[in-house]
Amino acid sequence: MVEEISNTELQELIFIIQHQYGYDFSDYAQASLKRRFIRFMGHAQLEKLAELKLQLQTDPDFFKKMVEYITVNVTEMFRDPQFYQLLRDDVLPRLATYPIIKIWHAGCATGEEVYSMAIMLQEAGLLERSRIYATDMNAANLEKANTGIVPLRWMKDYTHNYIQSGGLHDFSDYYTARYDSAIINPALRRNIIFFQHNLVTDHVFNEFQLICCRNVFIYFNRTLQERVVTLFYDSLAPRGYLALGMKESLLFSKERKKFEVVNGPNKIFRRKY
Amino acid sequence: MHSSTRFDIIAIGGSAGSLSVVARLLKALPGEMDTPVVLIMHRLKNVSSELNRLLAFGRPIQEPEDKERMKAGHIYLAPQNYHLLLEADGTFSLDYSELVHYSRPAIDESFYSIADAYGKRALGILLSGANADGAEGLARIVKNGGAGIVQDPMEAEFRIMPQAAIDMSADIKIMKTDEIISFIKDQYHTK
Repeated sequence: MVEEISNTELQELIFIIQHQYGYDFSDYAQASLKRRFIRFMGHAQLEKLAELKLQLQTDPDFFKKMVEYITVNVTEMFRDPQFYQLLRDDVLPRLATYPIIKIWHAGCATGEEVYSMAIMLQEAGLLERSRIYATDMNAANLEKANTGIVPLRWMKDYTHNYIQSGGLHDFSDYYTARYDSAIINPALRRNIIFFQHNLVTDHVFNEFQLICCRNVFIYFNRTLQERVVTLFYDSLAPRGYLALGMKESLLFSKERKKFEVVNGPNKIFRRKY
Repeated sequence: MHSSTRFDIIAIGGSAGSLSVVARLLKALPGEMDTPVVLIMHRLKNVSSELNRLLAFGRPIQEPEDKERMKAGHIYLAPQNYHLLLEADGTFSLDYSELVHYSRPAIDESFYSIADAYGKRALGILLSGANADGAEGLARIVKNGGAGIVQDPMEAEFRIMPQAAIDMSADIKIMKTDEIISFIKDQYHTK
């Protein structure tokens, strides 16, 4: 089993992927990217790095599976309830002043946070005039997100998160349980569009009042974070909101002066002008 | 005045029964020591821990943000819900992927990245705990030329964690808490 990947080996892998498939991982954070490759090799039961390279060079389906595996897709509904409470209490009332509310979930993984947002918009009476654009680079994630099916075993945790976030309804009203799955109420999905967008290479596609990109930055190095902050700035309406993960920061970005801090601990920022 | 030492990072992992030991170690750190310390403790998901309050002696303990640069003499605590990784340039990278050993943060994940980025300049310490998280990571630190210490299983409240590391590598030092303290102090005798 491979335990370690040297920097040179990592560069070789990045080069093969870029050369052959056009995906650029060169500005991902090295420590976590190495870790993902090592974990994937264990998952694919590959003993040697040479086998991984060979498979990558000869089998596009294998590459596809690898990208799906190495791009992290761990998420939760109402992850960090206090963040959702702030959205509910402080951000949504401000968004309510817009005739159409456009929200971008960048790096939405399997959509759990997107559906959480839809639930809050519904409860605030705003879902009808909201448009949620949910993007990810991983097509398998989007397919899964689009089904609105969540493993039932997580619903207990999600219900707890929902209540902690200040949710006052019966959470089970938002899904139908069938066998071991929970199917999110289709009415919540009516204004959500899922599509592929890669933060590394793709560009501005609309203007938003709120961008949520939580726990995506952590996989990028500072260079790539800088690019994405600029992309978000350009994608926000003046005074539009940006929400990052609890331990992600704009502190290290040159662009930080273009944003004001709405809530420091919960990483809610606002484009200044 | 800075004291010279072979270590650029001290990483301490612990689980059940390790909190009081960590407190003793931190209290005993030499005042002139400027090597940063990184703590990886198993904690409950979504429950704000009392660690910070319990461990607040003299030096502040901070949860690093993603891409924050490690500073001399600071003590860092792995934030709940993230694996804490170290990059070769001395910045932290956080990772929100699968639990490892039912835990996030996992001690192994931090230790692996430290072994990779710091090699012989790393000191890893593994304390009491009721599962084997950290054992492979500590063995990796030692394999890459760093130093590895476990709390003596005879002293540890839960012996599984240190014992797992001992079973994995013969080069790991076994010490009681007092001995770990002396070992660290010896490193920092101004030369």
